[in-house]
Amino acid sequence: MSIVTDIAILVLAAFVGFEVISKVPNTLHTPLMSGTNAIHGIVVLGGLLLMHIASGVLEHVLLVIAVMFGTINVIGGFLVTDRMLAMFKRKPEPVGEAAPKAAVEEGEAE
Amino acid sequence: MTFLATSFLHKQALIDSLYIVAFSLFIFGLSRLTGPRTAVNGNKIAAVGMAIAVVATLLEPGVLDGSAPWLIALGLGLGTAVGIPAALNVKMTQMPQMVALFNGVGGGAVALIAWVEFRHGFQLGPHAGGDWPLRVEIPSLFAAIVGSVSFWGSNIAFGKLQEILPGKPIKLPGQSVINAVLLAICTITAIILCAGTHSQVLFFFGILVAAAVLGNMVVLPIGGADMPVVISLLNAFTGLSAAATGVALNNTALIVAGMIVGASGSILTNLMAKAMNRSVPAIIAGGFGGAVAAPVGAAGQDGGTVRSTSAQDVAIQLSYARLVVIAPGYGMAVAQAQHAVRELERALEAKGVEVKYAIHPVAGRMPGHMNVLLAEADVPYDLLREMDDINPEFSRTDVTLVIGANDVTNPAAKNEPGSPIYGMPILEVDKSKAVIVLKRSMASGFAGIDNPLFYGPKTELLFGDAKASVSAITSEVQAL
Repeated sequence: MSIVTDIAILVLAAFVGFEVISKVPNTLHTPLMSGTNAIHGIVVLGGLLLMHIASGVLEHVLLVIAVMFGTINVIGGFLVTDRMLAMFKRKPEPVGEAAPKAAVEEGEAE
Repeated sequence: MTFLATSFLHKQALIDSLYIVAFSLFIFGLSRLTGPRTAVNGNKIAAVGMAIAVVATLLEPGVLDGSAPWLIALGLGLGTAVGIPAALNVKMTQMPQMVALFNGVGGGAVALIAWVEFRHGFQLGPHAGGDWPLRVEIPSLFAAIVGSVSFWGSNIAFGKLQEILPGKPIKLPGQSVINAVLLAICTITAIILCAGTHSQVLFFFGILVAAAVLGNMVVLPIGGADMPVVISLLNAFTGLSAAATGVALNNTALIVAGMIVGASGSILTNLMAKAMNRSVPAIIAGGFGGAVAAPVGAAGQDGGTVRSTSAQDVAIQLSYARLVVIAPGYGMAVAQAQHAVRELERALEAKGVEVKYAIHPVAGRMPGHMNVLLAEADVPYDLLREMDDINPEFSRTDVTLVIGANDVTNPAAKNEPGSPIYGMPILEVDKSKAVIVLKRSMASGFAGIDNPLFYGPKTELLFGDAKASVSAITSEVQAL
Protein backbone atom coordinates (compact mmCIF):
# COMPACT_ATOMS: atom_id res chain seq x y z
CA MET A 1 0.00 0.00 0.00
CA SER A 2 1.27 3.44 -0.80
CA ILE A 3 1.67 6.12 1.79
CA VAL A 4 -1.15 8.04 0.09
CA THR A 5 -3.54 5.13 0.67
CA ASP A 6 -2.47 4.97 4.30
CA ILE A 7 -3.12 8.65 4.78
CA ALA A 8 -6.47 8.42 2.98
CA ILE A 9 -7.50 5.65 5.37
CA LEU A 10 -6.27 7.77 8.26
CA VAL A 11 -8.39 10.75 7.24
CA LEU A 12 -11.51 8.69 6.58
CA ALA A 13 -11.13 6.91 9.93
CA ALA A 14 -10.91 10.30 11.62
CA PHE A 15 -14.24 11.32 10.13
CA VAL A 16 -15.81 8.03 11.19
CA GLY A 17 -14.53 8.58 14.72
CA PHE A 18 -15.97 12.09 14.87
CA GLU A 19 -19.28 10.96 13.44
CA VAL A 20 -19.75 7.96 15.72
CA ILE A 21 -19.25 9.89 18.93
CA SER A 22 -21.06 13.09 18.04
CA LYS A 23 -23.95 12.47 20.41
CA VAL A 24 -23.52 10.53 23.63
CA PRO A 25 -25.43 10.90 26.89
CA ASN A 26 -23.25 12.05 29.80
CA THR A 27 -24.01 8.81 31.57
CA LEU A 28 -22.08 6.86 29.00
CA HIS A 29 -18.97 9.04 28.88
CA THR A 30 -17.01 6.89 31.30
CA PRO A 31 -17.81 3.52 29.72
CA LEU A 32 -17.20 4.99 26.29
CA MET A 33 -13.82 6.36 27.29
CA SER A 34 -12.97 2.98 28.72
CA GLY A 35 -14.18 1.21 25.58
CA THR A 36 -12.15 3.36 23.20
CA ASN A 37 -9.26 2.92 25.60
CA ALA A 38 -9.48 -0.84 25.09
CA ILE A 39 -9.55 -0.43 21.31
CA HIS A 40 -6.25 1.43 21.14
CA GLY A 41 -4.71 -1.61 22.80
CA ILE A 42 -4.62 -2.78 19.20
CA VAL A 43 -0.99 -1.62 19.21
CA VAL A 44 -0.37 -5.13 20.45
CA LEU A 45 -0.46 -6.04 16.74
CA GLY A 46 2.68 -3.97 16.27
CA GLY A 47 4.47 -6.11 18.84
CA LEU A 48 3.27 -9.29 17.18
CA LEU A 49 4.37 -8.13 13.73
CA LEU A 50 7.88 -7.16 14.82
CA MET A 51 8.66 -10.12 17.07
CA HIS A 52 10.14 -12.32 14.34
CA ILE A 53 12.24 -9.47 12.93
CA ALA A 54 13.70 -8.55 16.31
CA SER A 55 17.27 -9.52 17.02
CA GLY A 56 19.20 -9.55 20.25
CA VAL A 57 18.02 -9.81 23.81
CA LEU A 58 17.11 -6.15 24.25
CA GLU A 59 14.70 -6.03 21.33
CA HIS A 60 13.02 -9.23 22.36
CA VAL A 61 12.61 -8.02 25.91
CA LEU A 62 11.20 -4.70 24.68
CA LEU A 63 8.71 -6.45 22.44
CA VAL A 64 7.60 -8.97 25.06
CA ILE A 65 6.92 -6.04 27.39
CA ALA A 66 5.13 -4.20 24.59
CA VAL A 67 2.94 -7.22 23.86
CA MET A 68 2.25 -7.60 27.57
CA PHE A 69 1.32 -3.92 27.90
CA GLY A 70 -0.90 -4.06 24.85
CA THR A 71 -2.63 -7.19 26.11
CA ILE A 72 -3.27 -5.62 29.51
CA ASN A 73 -4.71 -2.61 27.71
CA VAL A 74 -7.03 -4.73 25.55
CA ILE A 75 -8.20 -7.36 28.02
CA GLY A 76 -8.37 -5.07 31.02
CA GLY A 77 -10.07 -2.36 29.01
CA PHE A 78 -12.84 -4.52 27.62
CA LEU A 79 -13.46 -6.30 30.94
CA VAL A 80 -13.65 -3.07 32.91
CA THR A 81 -16.02 -1.57 30.34
CA ASP A 82 -18.17 -4.66 30.51
CA ARG A 83 -18.34 -4.43 34.30
CA MET A 84 -19.35 -0.79 34.14
CA LEU A 85 -22.02 -1.43 31.53
CA ALA A 86 -23.40 -4.39 33.46
CA MET A 87 -24.49 -1.85 36.06
CA PHE A 88 -26.92 -0.34 33.57
CA LYS A 89 -28.29 -3.63 32.35
CA ARG A 90 -30.34 -4.39 35.45
CA LYS A 91 -33.96 -3.62 34.81
CA PRO A 92 -35.96 -1.66 37.40
CA GLU A 93 -37.52 -4.85 38.80
CA PRO A 94 -40.01 -4.83 41.69
CA VAL A 95 -38.44 -3.38 44.79
CA GLY A 96 -38.89 -6.74 46.47
CA GLU A 97 -36.34 -9.25 47.70
CA ALA A 98 -33.69 -9.19 45.01
CA ALA A 99 -32.28 -5.79 45.81
CA PRO A 100 -31.69 -6.06 49.57
CA LYS A 101 -30.13 -9.46 49.03
CA ALA A 102 -27.68 -7.95 46.59
CA ALA A 103 -26.96 -5.23 49.11
CA VAL A 104 -26.17 -7.77 51.81
CA GLU A 105 -23.84 -9.65 49.52
CA GLU A 106 -22.03 -6.46 48.69
CA GLY A 107 -21.71 -5.70 52.37
CA GLU A 108 -20.15 -9.06 53.05
CA ALA A 109 -17.74 -8.64 50.20
CA GLU A 110 -16.37 -5.53 51.80
CA MET B 1 6.19 -21.65 -7.84
CA THR B 2 2.92 -20.53 -9.32
CA PHE B 3 1.05 -22.58 -6.77
CA LEU B 4 3.05 -21.05 -3.93
CA ALA B 5 2.47 -17.58 -5.27
CA THR B 6 -1.29 -18.03 -5.56
CA SER B 7 -1.62 -19.63 -2.15
CA PHE B 8 0.38 -16.74 -0.77
CA LEU B 9 -1.97 -14.32 -2.49
CA HIS B 10 -4.99 -16.15 -1.11
CA LYS B 11 -3.57 -16.02 2.35
CA GLN B 12 -2.85 -12.33 2.08
CA ALA B 13 -6.39 -11.75 0.82
CA LEU B 14 -7.74 -13.68 3.80
CA ILE B 15 -5.63 -11.64 6.21
CA ASP B 16 -6.72 -8.37 4.61
CA SER B 17 -10.38 -9.40 4.75
CA LEU B 18 -10.03 -10.29 8.40
CA TYR B 19 -8.58 -6.86 9.08
CA ILE B 20 -11.54 -5.27 7.33
CA VAL B 21 -13.96 -7.38 9.36
CA ALA B 22 -12.08 -6.41 12.51
CA PHE B 23 -12.25 -2.67 12.01
CA SER B 24 -15.85 -2.83 10.83
CA LEU B 25 -16.65 -4.50 14.14
CA PHE B 26 -14.77 -1.73 15.99
CA ILE B 27 -16.84 0.94 14.26
CA PHE B 28 -20.11 -0.92 14.71
CA GLY B 29 -19.33 -1.74 18.35
CA LEU B 30 -18.35 1.83 19.08
CA SER B 31 -21.53 3.21 17.57
CA ARG B 32 -23.53 0.86 19.78
CA LEU B 33 -21.53 1.99 22.81
CA THR B 34 -23.17 5.39 22.51
CA GLY B 35 -26.65 4.13 23.45
CA PRO B 36 -27.53 2.86 26.93
CA ARG B 37 -29.42 -0.18 25.71
CA THR B 38 -26.97 -1.32 23.07
CA ALA B 39 -23.78 -0.50 24.96
CA VAL B 40 -23.06 -3.88 26.58
CA ASN B 41 -23.44 -5.52 23.24
CA GLY B 42 -21.31 -2.89 21.53
CA ASN B 43 -18.40 -3.49 23.87
CA LYS B 44 -18.54 -7.23 23.18
CA ILE B 45 -18.65 -6.64 19.43
CA ALA B 46 -15.54 -4.48 19.63
CA ALA B 47 -13.81 -7.18 21.70
CA VAL B 48 -14.61 -9.78 19.02
CA GLY B 49 -13.14 -7.39 16.45
CA MET B 50 -9.96 -7.26 18.50
CA ALA B 51 -9.70 -11.05 18.67
CA ILE B 52 -10.09 -11.24 14.88
CA ALA B 53 -7.41 -8.59 14.37
CA VAL B 54 -4.98 -10.56 16.55
CA VAL B 55 -5.69 -13.81 14.67
CA ALA B 56 -5.20 -12.05 11.32
CA THR B 57 -1.86 -10.70 12.48
CA LEU B 58 -0.67 -14.11 13.62
CA LEU B 59 -1.47 -15.40 10.12
CA GLU B 60 0.80 -12.80 8.50
CA PRO B 61 3.79 -14.40 6.78
CA GLY B 62 6.77 -14.86 9.07
CA VAL B 63 5.05 -13.76 12.25
CA LEU B 64 5.29 -17.22 13.79
CA ASP B 65 8.85 -17.97 12.63
CA GLY B 66 11.65 -19.10 14.91
CA SER B 67 11.28 -18.32 18.57
CA ALA B 68 8.61 -15.68 17.94
CA PRO B 69 5.60 -17.87 18.86
CA TRP B 70 7.00 -18.54 22.33
CA LEU B 71 7.83 -14.94 22.99
CA ILE B 72 4.43 -13.83 21.69
CA ALA B 73 2.76 -16.41 23.90
CA LEU B 74 4.83 -15.15 26.83
CA GLY B 75 3.77 -11.55 26.23
CA LEU B 76 0.11 -12.41 25.72
CA GLY B 77 0.16 -14.73 28.74
CA LEU B 78 1.73 -12.16 31.04
CA GLY B 79 -0.67 -9.49 29.83
CA THR B 80 -3.66 -11.74 30.41
CA ALA B 81 -2.40 -12.79 33.83
CA VAL B 82 -2.05 -9.17 34.89
CA GLY B 83 -5.03 -7.70 33.04
CA ILE B 84 -7.84 -10.05 34.03
CA PRO B 85 -7.42 -9.94 37.83
CA ALA B 86 -6.78 -6.19 37.73
CA ALA B 87 -9.99 -5.59 35.78
CA LEU B 88 -12.12 -7.96 37.84
CA ASN B 89 -10.95 -6.84 41.26
CA VAL B 90 -10.93 -3.09 40.85
CA LYS B 91 -13.70 -1.38 42.78
CA MET B 92 -16.20 0.75 40.91
CA THR B 93 -14.91 3.78 42.81
CA GLN B 94 -11.41 3.19 41.49
CA MET B 95 -12.46 2.88 37.87
CA PRO B 96 -11.06 6.24 36.74
CA GLN B 97 -7.52 5.46 37.84
CA MET B 98 -7.78 1.96 36.38
CA VAL B 99 -8.69 3.45 33.01
CA ALA B 100 -5.72 5.81 33.37
CA LEU B 101 -3.44 2.86 34.04
CA PHE B 102 -4.73 0.84 31.08
CA ASN B 103 -4.28 3.88 28.90
CA GLY B 104 -0.74 4.30 30.20
CA VAL B 105 0.34 0.78 29.33
CA GLY B 106 -1.13 1.27 25.86
CA GLY B 107 1.03 4.36 25.40
CA GLY B 108 4.01 2.45 26.79
CA ALA B 109 3.49 -0.32 24.25
CA VAL B 110 3.46 2.26 21.45
CA ALA B 111 6.71 3.82 22.64
CA LEU B 112 8.46 0.45 23.04
CA ILE B 113 7.41 -0.64 19.57
CA ALA B 114 8.70 2.62 18.15
CA TRP B 115 11.99 2.00 19.95
CA VAL B 116 12.38 -1.42 18.31
CA GLU B 117 11.46 0.02 14.92
CA PHE B 118 14.07 2.70 15.40
CA ARG B 119 16.77 0.15 16.20
CA HIS B 120 15.87 -1.66 13.02
CA GLY B 121 15.55 1.34 10.85
CA PHE B 122 18.96 2.64 11.72
CA GLN B 123 21.12 -0.19 12.79
CA LEU B 124 19.86 -3.44 11.44
CA GLY B 125 17.55 -2.58 8.60
CA PRO B 126 18.16 -3.35 4.95
CA HIS B 127 19.90 -0.01 4.63
CA ALA B 128 22.08 -0.34 7.71
CA GLY B 129 23.87 2.88 8.32
CA GLY B 130 20.94 5.21 8.65
CA ASP B 131 18.75 5.24 5.59
CA TRP B 132 15.40 4.82 7.23
CA PRO B 133 12.58 5.55 4.79
CA LEU B 134 10.81 8.71 5.88
CA ARG B 135 7.37 7.15 5.58
CA VAL B 136 8.36 4.80 8.40
CA GLU B 137 10.63 7.17 10.25
CA ILE B 138 8.26 10.10 10.71
CA PRO B 139 5.29 8.13 12.07
CA SER B 140 7.63 6.06 14.27
CA LEU B 141 9.17 9.12 15.85
CA PHE B 142 5.71 10.66 16.29
CA ALA B 143 4.56 7.44 17.97
CA ALA B 144 7.64 7.43 20.21
CA ILE B 145 6.98 10.98 21.40
CA VAL B 146 3.22 10.79 21.83
CA GLY B 147 3.30 7.26 23.23
CA SER B 148 5.73 8.12 25.97
CA VAL B 149 3.96 11.38 26.83
CA SER B 150 0.81 9.30 27.19
CA PHE B 151 2.56 6.64 29.27
CA TRP B 152 4.07 9.03 31.78
CA GLY B 153 1.11 11.36 31.84
CA SER B 154 -1.29 8.52 32.54
CA ASN B 155 0.89 7.24 35.35
CA ILE B 156 0.83 10.66 36.98
CA ALA B 157 -2.95 10.81 36.52
CA PHE B 158 -3.20 7.40 38.15
CA GLY B 159 -0.99 8.54 41.03
CA LYS B 160 -3.14 11.58 41.61
CA LEU B 161 -6.45 9.73 41.52
CA GLN B 162 -5.11 6.94 43.72
CA GLU B 163 -3.88 9.68 46.03
CA ILE B 164 -0.30 8.44 45.92
CA LEU B 165 0.50 11.91 44.64
CA PRO B 166 -1.22 15.00 45.99
CA GLY B 167 -4.38 15.82 44.03
CA LYS B 168 -3.57 19.50 44.18
CA PRO B 169 -1.67 21.03 41.30
CA ILE B 170 2.11 20.84 41.59
CA LYS B 171 3.48 23.91 39.91
CA LEU B 172 6.93 25.00 38.94
CA PRO B 173 7.78 28.55 37.95
CA GLY B 174 7.81 28.99 34.20
CA GLN B 175 5.96 25.73 33.70
CA SER B 176 4.53 26.50 30.29
CA VAL B 177 7.88 27.77 29.01
CA ILE B 178 9.56 24.55 30.15
CA ASN B 179 6.85 22.50 28.45
CA ALA B 180 7.23 24.45 25.22
CA VAL B 181 10.99 23.93 25.35
CA LEU B 182 10.57 20.19 25.94
CA LEU B 183 8.17 19.91 23.05
CA ALA B 184 10.60 21.86 20.87
CA ILE B 185 13.43 19.52 21.91
CA CYS B 186 11.34 16.51 20.90
CA THR B 187 10.36 18.01 17.56
CA ILE B 188 13.79 19.36 16.63
CA THR B 189 15.53 16.14 17.61
CA ALA B 190 13.04 14.23 15.50
CA ILE B 191 13.76 16.49 12.54
CA ILE B 192 17.53 16.07 13.01
CA LEU B 193 17.03 12.31 13.09
CA CYS B 194 14.99 12.45 9.90
CA ALA B 195 17.64 14.57 8.23
CA GLY B 196 19.82 11.66 9.01
CA THR B 197 23.53 11.70 9.61
CA HIS B 198 23.94 12.12 13.34
CA SER B 199 24.72 9.89 16.29
CA GLN B 200 21.23 8.51 16.18
CA VAL B 201 21.02 6.42 19.34
CA LEU B 202 21.69 9.38 21.59
CA PHE B 203 19.18 11.50 19.73
CA PHE B 204 16.52 8.85 19.99
CA PHE B 205 17.03 8.50 23.72
CA GLY B 206 16.94 12.27 23.91
CA ILE B 207 13.48 12.14 22.40
CA LEU B 208 12.27 9.43 24.78
CA VAL B 209 13.60 11.25 27.84
CA ALA B 210 12.28 14.67 26.78
CA ALA B 211 8.87 13.17 26.03
CA ALA B 212 8.86 11.39 29.39
CA VAL B 213 9.64 14.59 31.25
CA LEU B 214 7.04 16.40 29.17
CA GLY B 215 4.39 13.80 30.07
CA ASN B 216 5.13 14.29 33.77
CA MET B 217 5.26 18.07 33.52
CA VAL B 218 2.00 18.38 31.62
CA VAL B 219 -0.07 16.40 34.10
CA LEU B 220 1.56 17.33 37.42
CA PRO B 221 0.23 20.92 37.48
CA ILE B 222 -3.33 19.83 36.73
CA GLY B 223 -5.71 19.57 39.67
CA GLY B 224 -7.48 16.34 40.54
CA ALA B 225 -10.87 17.64 39.45
CA ASP B 226 -9.73 18.01 35.87
CA MET B 227 -8.22 14.54 35.76
CA PRO B 228 -11.08 12.87 33.82
CA VAL B 229 -10.60 15.32 30.98
CA VAL B 230 -6.85 14.70 31.05
CA ILE B 231 -7.31 10.93 30.94
CA SER B 232 -9.67 11.30 28.02
CA LEU B 233 -7.15 13.51 26.24
CA LEU B 234 -4.29 11.07 26.85
CA ASN B 235 -6.60 8.33 25.61
CA ALA B 236 -6.98 10.22 22.34
CA PHE B 237 -3.19 10.70 22.22
CA THR B 238 -2.58 6.99 22.60
CA GLY B 239 -5.07 6.38 19.81
CA LEU B 240 -3.22 8.79 17.51
CA SER B 241 0.12 7.24 18.32
CA ALA B 242 -1.32 3.78 17.62
CA ALA B 243 -2.51 5.06 14.24
CA ALA B 244 1.01 6.37 13.58
CA THR B 245 2.41 2.94 14.43
CA GLY B 246 -0.06 1.57 11.90
CA VAL B 247 1.26 3.88 9.19
CA ALA B 248 4.84 2.90 10.03
CA LEU B 249 4.00 -0.81 9.91
CA ASN B 250 1.61 -0.40 7.00
CA ASN B 251 -1.18 -2.14 8.90
CA THR B 252 -4.74 -1.11 8.05
CA ALA B 253 -6.40 -2.40 11.22
CA LEU B 254 -3.97 -0.40 13.37
CA ILE B 255 -4.47 2.75 11.33
CA VAL B 256 -8.25 2.60 11.43
CA ALA B 257 -8.64 1.56 15.06
CA GLY B 258 -6.03 4.01 16.30
CA MET B 259 -7.43 6.92 14.34
CA ILE B 260 -11.02 6.23 15.38
CA VAL B 261 -9.93 6.32 19.01
CA GLY B 262 -7.90 9.45 18.33
CA ALA B 263 -10.88 11.22 16.78
CA SER B 264 -13.60 9.98 19.11
CA GLY B 265 -11.33 10.55 22.09
CA SER B 266 -10.87 14.20 21.10
CA ILE B 267 -14.63 14.67 20.77
CA LEU B 268 -15.21 12.97 24.11
CA THR B 269 -12.57 15.17 25.74
CA ASN B 270 -14.38 18.23 24.46
CA LEU B 271 -17.77 16.98 25.66
CA MET B 272 -16.36 16.34 29.11
CA ALA B 273 -14.65 19.69 29.31
CA LYS B 274 -17.89 21.34 28.23
CA ALA B 275 -19.81 19.55 30.99
CA MET B 276 -17.44 21.22 33.45
CA ASN B 277 -17.47 24.51 31.58
CA ARG B 278 -13.73 24.26 31.10
CA SER B 279 -11.75 24.56 27.93
CA VAL B 280 -9.14 21.99 27.07
CA PRO B 281 -6.34 24.53 26.53
CA ALA B 282 -7.12 26.10 29.91
CA ILE B 283 -6.86 22.70 31.57
CA ILE B 284 -3.56 21.92 29.88
CA ALA B 285 -2.24 25.33 30.88
CA GLY B 286 -2.90 24.00 34.37
CA GLY B 287 -3.45 25.78 37.59
CA PHE B 288 -7.01 24.73 38.33
CA GLY B 289 -7.14 25.10 42.09
CA GLY B 290 -3.81 26.87 41.96
CA ALA B 291 -5.55 30.02 43.22
CA VAL B 292 -6.71 28.20 46.34
CA ALA B 293 -5.25 30.77 48.65
CA ALA B 294 -7.67 33.55 47.74
CA PRO B 295 -11.02 31.79 48.18
CA VAL B 296 -9.88 30.12 51.38
CA GLY B 297 -9.08 33.51 52.81
CA ALA B 298 -12.46 34.83 51.68
CA ALA B 299 -14.28 32.00 53.36
CA GLY B 300 -12.29 32.59 56.49
CA GLN B 301 -13.69 36.10 56.55
CA ASP B 302 -17.19 34.69 56.49
CA GLY B 303 -16.35 33.78 60.04
CA GLY B 304 -16.39 30.09 59.30
CA THR B 305 -19.58 29.68 61.29
CA VAL B 306 -20.46 26.12 60.66
CA ARG B 307 -23.51 24.63 62.29
CA SER B 308 -23.29 20.96 63.02
CA THR B 309 -26.25 18.73 63.64
CA SER B 310 -27.09 15.21 64.79
CA ALA B 311 -28.44 12.18 63.00
CA GLN B 312 -31.64 12.41 65.00
CA ASP B 313 -32.32 15.99 63.95
CA VAL B 314 -31.63 15.13 60.36
CA ALA B 315 -34.01 12.18 60.57
CA ILE B 316 -36.81 14.40 61.87
CA GLN B 317 -36.21 17.02 59.17
CA LEU B 318 -36.20 14.39 56.46
CA SER B 319 -39.25 12.51 57.70
CA TYR B 320 -41.46 15.58 57.68
CA ALA B 321 -40.28 16.80 54.31
CA ARG B 322 -42.31 16.45 51.16
CA LEU B 323 -39.44 16.42 48.71
CA VAL B 324 -35.92 15.35 49.59
CA VAL B 325 -33.12 15.58 47.05
CA ILE B 326 -29.94 13.57 47.58
CA ALA B 327 -26.82 15.02 45.98
CA PRO B 328 -24.17 12.31 46.08
CA GLY B 329 -20.51 12.90 45.40
CA TYR B 330 -17.25 11.07 45.40
CA GLY B 331 -17.20 11.04 49.22
CA MET B 332 -20.24 8.77 49.18
CA ALA B 333 -18.47 6.45 46.80
CA VAL B 334 -15.29 6.36 48.86
CA ALA B 335 -17.28 5.48 51.98
CA GLN B 336 -19.08 2.77 49.97
CA ALA B 337 -22.26 4.36 51.25
CA GLN B 338 -24.41 3.87 48.14
CA HIS B 339 -26.26 0.88 49.61
CA ALA B 340 -26.87 2.70 52.89
CA VAL B 341 -28.16 5.69 50.90
CA ARG B 342 -30.49 3.42 48.98
CA GLU B 343 -31.91 2.13 52.29
CA LEU B 344 -32.42 5.63 53.60
CA GLU B 345 -34.25 6.47 50.40
CA ARG B 346 -36.56 3.49 50.91
CA ALA B 347 -37.18 4.31 54.56
CA LEU B 348 -38.17 7.82 53.54
CA GLU B 349 -40.36 6.61 50.70
CA ALA B 350 -42.10 4.33 53.18
CA LYS B 351 -43.03 7.48 55.08
CA GLY B 352 -44.42 9.05 51.93
CA VAL B 353 -41.48 11.35 51.28
CA GLU B 354 -40.58 11.90 47.66
CA VAL B 355 -36.87 11.27 47.09
CA LYS B 356 -34.80 12.17 44.06
CA TYR B 357 -31.11 11.98 43.29
CA ALA B 358 -29.37 14.96 41.75
CA ILE B 359 -26.54 13.84 39.51
CA HIS B 360 -24.00 16.40 38.43
CA PRO B 361 -22.45 15.50 35.09
CA VAL B 362 -19.04 15.16 36.68
CA ALA B 363 -20.11 13.86 40.09
CA GLY B 364 -17.63 11.25 41.17
CA ARG B 365 -14.49 11.64 39.20
CA MET B 366 -15.68 11.05 35.70
CA PRO B 367 -18.82 11.88 33.82
CA GLY B 368 -21.31 9.11 34.40
CA HIS B 369 -19.29 7.65 37.28
CA MET B 370 -22.03 8.37 39.82
CA ASN B 371 -24.71 6.69 37.71
CA VAL B 372 -22.60 3.56 37.66
CA LEU B 373 -22.15 3.61 41.43
CA LEU B 374 -25.84 4.16 42.18
CA ALA B 375 -26.89 1.54 39.65
CA GLU B 376 -24.62 -0.83 41.56
CA ALA B 377 -26.76 -0.17 44.64
CA ASP B 378 -29.97 -0.86 42.69
CA VAL B 379 -31.19 2.70 42.76
CA PRO B 380 -33.96 2.87 40.12
CA TYR B 381 -32.84 4.73 37.05
CA ASP B 382 -35.91 6.99 37.03
CA LEU B 383 -35.01 8.52 40.41
CA LEU B 384 -31.76 9.88 39.00
CA ARG B 385 -32.11 13.42 37.73
CA GLU B 386 -29.51 15.17 35.65
CA MET B 387 -28.37 18.61 36.67
CA ASP B 388 -30.50 20.57 34.20
CA ASP B 389 -33.64 18.71 35.24
CA ILE B 390 -33.15 18.98 38.97
CA ASN B 391 -31.93 22.56 39.27
CA PRO B 392 -35.40 24.14 38.75
CA GLU B 393 -36.76 21.79 41.42
CA PHE B 394 -34.49 22.90 44.24
CA SER B 395 -36.73 25.85 45.05
CA ARG B 396 -39.51 23.45 46.03
CA THR B 397 -37.18 21.03 47.77
CA ASP B 398 -37.56 20.87 51.53
CA VAL B 399 -34.25 19.25 52.37
CA THR B 400 -31.24 18.58 50.21
CA LEU B 401 -28.91 15.94 51.53
CA VAL B 402 -25.39 16.47 50.22
CA ILE B 403 -23.43 13.28 50.72
CA GLY B 404 -19.73 13.59 50.12
CA ALA B 405 -20.18 16.08 47.30
CA ASN B 406 -18.38 19.37 47.45
CA ASP B 407 -17.15 21.20 44.38
CA VAL B 408 -20.25 20.38 42.31
CA THR B 409 -22.43 22.16 44.89
CA ASN B 410 -20.14 25.13 45.42
CA PRO B 411 -22.11 28.37 44.93
CA ALA B 412 -18.80 30.19 44.39
CA ALA B 413 -18.98 28.82 40.85
CA LYS B 414 -21.95 31.14 40.32
CA ASN B 415 -21.29 34.03 42.66
CA GLU B 416 -17.55 34.62 42.89
CA PRO B 417 -15.95 35.63 39.60
CA GLY B 418 -12.56 35.25 41.27
CA SER B 419 -13.07 31.60 42.10
CA PRO B 420 -11.08 29.09 40.06
CA ILE B 421 -14.27 27.15 39.37
CA TYR B 422 -16.27 30.24 38.43
CA GLY B 423 -18.56 29.40 35.55
CA MET B 424 -18.72 25.68 36.20
CA PRO B 425 -22.37 24.61 36.21
CA ILE B 426 -23.36 23.41 39.68
CA LEU B 427 -26.23 21.75 41.47
CA GLU B 428 -28.02 24.73 42.97
CA VAL B 429 -28.59 23.05 46.32
CA ASP B 430 -28.36 26.41 48.10
CA LYS B 431 -31.80 27.23 46.67
CA SER B 432 -33.55 24.52 48.66
CA LYS B 433 -35.19 25.29 51.99
CA ALA B 434 -32.59 23.44 54.01
CA VAL B 435 -29.28 21.81 53.20
CA ILE B 436 -27.67 19.05 55.20
CA VAL B 437 -24.09 18.23 54.31
CA LEU B 438 -22.57 14.91 55.31
CA LYS B 439 -18.83 15.31 55.53
CA ARG B 440 -15.85 13.61 57.05
CA SER B 441 -14.15 16.83 58.05
CA MET B 442 -13.85 20.43 57.00
CA ALA B 443 -11.26 19.58 54.37
CA SER B 444 -11.83 21.24 51.00
CA GLY B 445 -12.96 19.27 47.97
CA PHE B 446 -10.93 17.51 45.37
CA ALA B 447 -10.36 20.75 43.50
CA GLY B 448 -8.83 22.20 46.65
CA ILE B 449 -11.35 25.04 46.87
CA ASP B 450 -13.28 26.08 49.92
CA ASN B 451 -17.08 25.90 49.72
CA PRO B 452 -19.17 28.85 51.00
CA LEU B 453 -22.20 26.54 51.01
CA PHE B 454 -20.99 25.10 54.32
CA TYR B 455 -21.19 28.51 55.97
CA GLY B 456 -24.64 29.34 54.58
CA PRO B 457 -27.51 30.18 56.92
CA LYS B 458 -29.63 27.26 55.72
CA THR B 459 -26.84 24.73 55.94
CA GLU B 460 -26.16 22.21 58.68
CA LEU B 461 -23.31 19.76 58.72
CA LEU B 462 -23.24 16.23 59.98
CA PHE B 463 -19.67 15.15 60.47
CA GLY B 464 -18.51 11.57 60.24
CA ASP B 465 -18.07 8.68 57.85
CA ALA B 466 -20.79 8.92 55.20
CA LYS B 467 -21.84 5.29 55.52
CA ALA B 468 -22.12 5.40 59.30
CA SER B 469 -23.97 8.74 59.22
CA VAL B 470 -26.48 7.57 56.64
CA SER B 471 -27.10 4.33 58.51
CA ALA B 472 -27.64 6.28 61.71
CA ILE B 473 -30.14 8.57 59.99
CA THR B 474 -31.93 5.59 58.49
CA SER B 475 -32.42 3.87 61.81
CA GLU B 476 -33.65 7.13 63.35
CA VAL B 477 -36.11 7.56 60.48
CA GLN B 478 -37.38 4.03 60.95
CA ALA B 479 -37.74 4.56 64.68
CA LEU B 480 -39.87 7.68 64.27
